[in-house]
Amino acid sequence: MTAPNHRWRNFKNVLMQIIAFSCAILVVTPLVLVFYHLAKLGFSSINVAFFTQLPKPVGELGGGMGNAIAGTFTLLAQAAIIGVPVGVLGGVFLSEYGGTRLNWAIRFAADILNGVPSITWGIVVYALLVVPMHGYSALAGGFVLGMMMIPLVMRTTEEVLQLVPASYREAALALGIAKWKTIVQIVIRTALKGIVTGVLLALARVAGETAPLLFTALGNQFWARNLTEPISALPLQIFAYAISPYDDWHRQAWAGALVLLLFVLAINIGVRFLTRDRFQPKT
Amino acid sequence: MANDPNNSAVALTVRNLSVFFGKNAAVKNVSLDIAAKAVTAIIGPSGCGKSTFLRALNRMHELNPEARMEGEIRLCGDDIYSRSVESVTVRRRIGMVFQKSNPFPTMSIVENVTVGLRLNGVNNRKMLAERTEQSLRMAALWDEVKDRLNAPAISLSGGQQQRLCIARALAVQPEVLLMDEPASALDPLATAKIEDLIMELKKNYTIVIVTHNMQQAARASDFTAFFYLGELVEFGSTTKIFTSPAKKQTEDYVTGRFG
Amino acid sequence: MNLKTTAAKTGPHFGDSAFKWLTLCMALSIFVLVALIGFELASGSKLAMHKFGWHFLTTSNWDPGNDVYCAAPFIFGTLVSSLIALVIAVPISIATAVYLTELAPQWLRQPLTMFIELLAAVPSVILGLWGIFVMVPWLHNHLVPVLGKSLGFLPLFQGPNYGPCMLAAGIILAIMIIPIITSVSREILRSVPGLQREAAYALGATRWEVTRIAVLSYAKKGIFGAVILGLGRALGETMAVTMVIGNIPQIVPSLFAPASTQASVIANEFNEATSAMLTSALFEIGLVLLGVTVIVNALAQLLLKTFAGPGAKPQQ
Repeated sequence: MTAPNHRWRNFKNVLMQIIAFSCAILVVTPLVLVFYHLAKLGFSSINVAFFTQLPKPVGELGGGMGNAIAGTFTLLAQAAIIGVPVGVLGGVFLSEYGGTRLNWAIRFAADILNGVPSITWGIVVYALLVVPMHGYSALAGGFVLGMMMIPLVMRTTEEVLQLVPASYREAALALGIAKWKTIVQIVIRTALKGIVTGVLLALARVAGETAPLLFTALGNQFWARNLTEPISALPLQIFAYAISPYDDWHRQAWAGALVLLLFVLAINIGVRFLTRDRFQPKT
Repeated sequence: MANDPNNSAVALTVRNLSVFFGKNAAVKNVSLDIAAKAVTAIIGPSGCGKSTFLRALNRMHELNPEARMEGEIRLCGDDIYSRSVESVTVRRRIGMVFQKSNPFPTMSIVENVTVGLRLNGVNNRKMLAERTEQSLRMAALWDEVKDRLNAPAISLSGGQQQRLCIARALAVQPEVLLMDEPASALDPLATAKIEDLIMELKKNYTIVIVTHNMQQAARASDFTAFFYLGELVEFGSTTKIFTSPAKKQTEDYVTGRFG
Repeated sequence: MNLKTTAAKTGPHFGDSAFKWLTLCMALSIFVLVALIGFELASGSKLAMHKFGWHFLTTSNWDPGNDVYCAAPFIFGTLVSSLIALVIAVPISIATAVYLTELAPQWLRQPLTMFIELLAAVPSVILGLWGIFVMVPWLHNHLVPVLGKSLGFLPLFQGPNYGPCMLAAGIILAIMIIPIITSVSREILRSVPGLQREAAYALGATRWEVTRIAVLSYAKKGIFGAVILGLGRALGETMAVTMVIGNIPQIVPSLFAPASTQASVIANEFNEATSAMLTSALFEIGLVLLGVTVIVNALAQLLLKTFAGPGAKPQQ
């Protein structure tokens, strides 16, 4: 009854399963290796000084990346100020209003923007802000990160809002509640967790960006005194130290990378916990 | 007596109502009078236009860009589709309860009940508390939830959630309550409770209920309208429709020969 | 019971219009961004376009001393490094996606998927750092000699290697695009209806055969879209590539030789550019890069959307 080639087929079956499993292992390995090296080479350099001090001049040991860490947070704050309102409200429009053709065009353009290389954003904002302002600045850095966030947040907000069942909108409208109040107080409120998740993930994404900052924020070995000066940021500092010829700076680059990676992973893992279904009715 | 077909109080008058989706007429040239403080049931087989008709009564079709309406609907003499009247205003006078209960999941029980009031600017705590109790009592839910008004609304059972939605609709004090198959998603025990509730509510509200359950229509309503393929076939007191209908089609439907 | 008198004071009408216009303006910002990018890149490139014309794209004469620039070595670098990345990443990603959806034990699927998605979140500069100090030395000391000895008859694997090279860039790009291709492929495979699998099982097919016949061929288009999405990502990747590719603009057939990509040359030269012509040339290189990535991404979106079941969504 068994097919004549069934042994070969079974063999192929098992072989393919082994190959697939091996590939999965292969995929996982780089992250494990990266994390291992970061921990091994960077952990010992992390101390209070690392977080609070400025980089020391070449040749002197010690110092830290306090300015880079502060710089990253400054840039993220600016990015959020631009990216969150525009992105969320734009996502609201895509989900709750608009004709099909306009919305299709906006969505398509947003998806294209999400694929634009980050270095391109950098040179565009260079031409837009750095040149007229005659200098690199934190503002330009925050601006470019904010612009990058807009299409990201817009799409995730739209998707999350679309998941809110139509019956809630109908129920609210049937109560005689105005449409905009329905959207803000009922729909957005129901989808709030998802919206926040989208924003946090976008922030984590731009927090790790280096290329656009190369031509806008530039980097700074000292604390930036105001937003019109160049400012340091973790990824920038890591990059500068990594390509430098000094061992001590390499060591600090590992530490900075460890801090950055932990930050980014913390947000990514954190939002996954946040979005575990707890308050959603099981339909 | 509300059961008296000669009762002159009429809440809604519908004249020559047609509803089109694109080229399709889902409701064709329907005219009838909805009696005040009575229960009018809309029955008919699937796809006969009963829900479409119901939704025309509170301008819900405006949510659908492909829907088009012809005809006239008046609430106590006022044309509800007149340009000078906001749909929002209409919906505060004509409330709706849906087939599947849909309490807002991020809100507690009391927040759900008062949402219609709060979002329309009512802030007076005393009034909100009073209306909450009033509406929950009318929905026969007060005793079951009075000790946990701040619990999440979705922690209630299916039948309780539906009664919560009724309380929510009642809180804005509409004159008319539209119910779109309100018990179809519920078990028989919960359904019975809803039907008892309807009998109580009609003392103060005009109720229009769409149901595919004929026995429910026979039990709970005073007047019945039989729809078929978008047309109003027959309308009259429930007793008459179910015992001696004028049209053969009606008789065939209520005796279960089709549908 | 007069309906008109029960209308709210400032009617919801105003709130509704205002809110709608507000959200519309926010949404239209997308078009503003697109126009901005196009405009700035185009105007920045004008100088170079004027001087070099179309030859810019085909010559490889990079001569800063004489203010002469070109794009061909960088286009070459971008394409070859991305190609290497695809060659490595595609089989591994698809196999992993298959493993995740069809073969892995239930308890493993979620954690493993999440782990792979976390890999996608690793910033480029961190992978670059690891690349410089861990991967490139390993490559130089272990992999390159082996490849040179065994496959040295191919020009690809000939030539000296000092560390940073095209191969390193290709590998690190592969590491970066594997998570995307895997995630999207996984979504695609999951959306294949169970009926297809059942039909194949009912014919007595083995697990692998079910996967091959019922799942992979059904999902071909979507998987192709996932691959193109990965390609789009690889083309534009900057930091990790810059750190391991060596940044020498040249077109040589050896994978062991250093090279340069469009993104990496911009990263390296832009801030130090003293010549306006160089800056303009870099803008033009950026414009070409933008054009290529936009087309590739649009193609990917098209493939994914026309295949898609309800689960597929554009990956960030």
